[in-house]
Amino acid sequence: MRAEARYTPYHPRWYRRRVSVWWWLQNRAYAGFVLRELTSVFVAFFAGVTLWQLRTLAQGPDAYARFLACLGTPLFVALHAVAFLFVLFHSITWFNLAPTAVVVRLSGKRVPDWVVVGLNYAAWLVLSGAVALIVLRGR
Amino acid sequence: MPRSITPFLWLLFSAGGTVAALLFPIHVLLTGLAVPLGWVNAPSYESVLGLVRNPVARLYLFVFVSLPLFHWAHRFRYTLYDGLQVKHLTALIVVFCYGTALAGTVMAAYLLWTIP
Repeated sequence: MRAEARYTPYHPRWYRRRVSVWWWLQNRAYAGFVLRELTSVFVAFFAGVTLWQLRTLAQGPDAYARFLACLGTPLFVALHAVAFLFVLFHSITWFNLAPTAVVVRLSGKRVPDWVVVGLNYAAWLVLSGAVALIVLRGR
Repeated sequence: MPRSITPFLWLLFSAGGTVAALLFPIHVLLTGLAVPLGWVNAPSYESVLGLVRNPVARLYLFVFVSLPLFHWAHRFRYTLYDGLQVKHLTALIVVFCYGTALAGTVMAAYLLWTIP
């Protein structure tokens, strides 16, 4: 007798319920999860905008002026408003999950979650302030 | 996808997620909203170029573009799996996601290297 199973085209299909593509809208927690995952799309979008900015910067003042004009159109302002909300959601969920992802120990004792989260928010504020100062310094 | 590369992809995911969480909101606010809507004066072309000429700023911008793109690639890959239930397109999704991140990384390196 052969030990391994033999598969034939007549293998019965398992019963699997079809799940709608919108399964995550039925529950707040699921919706939050999918929205959190979708923040990555806006992260990639803004990385792309930054590449575009660098390209026009390399091309010269005229190209850069056209880039700035493009960002002023209602379409891009609306896109950036939505992108801002999503990257903000990414930051908040990322910082709040930080103590779960990385357990920090000091002399054998686990650093409390609120300290890790607090340090993340503090670093965020300091870095944001520094970026704003540096970018807006030269006019 | 060879199994040995998976931990490396998770590392890129978390590094990029941290960079995006710490730095993206202020940059989106400044570049995407504050400057176009006139809340602040737009920095001149010369001053932005002067800033980007700084080697530290170039390194900053490279990390700023590249790591978050890999963060997107990794997260979006699983979003497509779970959300759209397209598990049968695994290879295509992997090539599209990491390929885009890699292309963006090469483009960032090229641009930052060649900016006068």
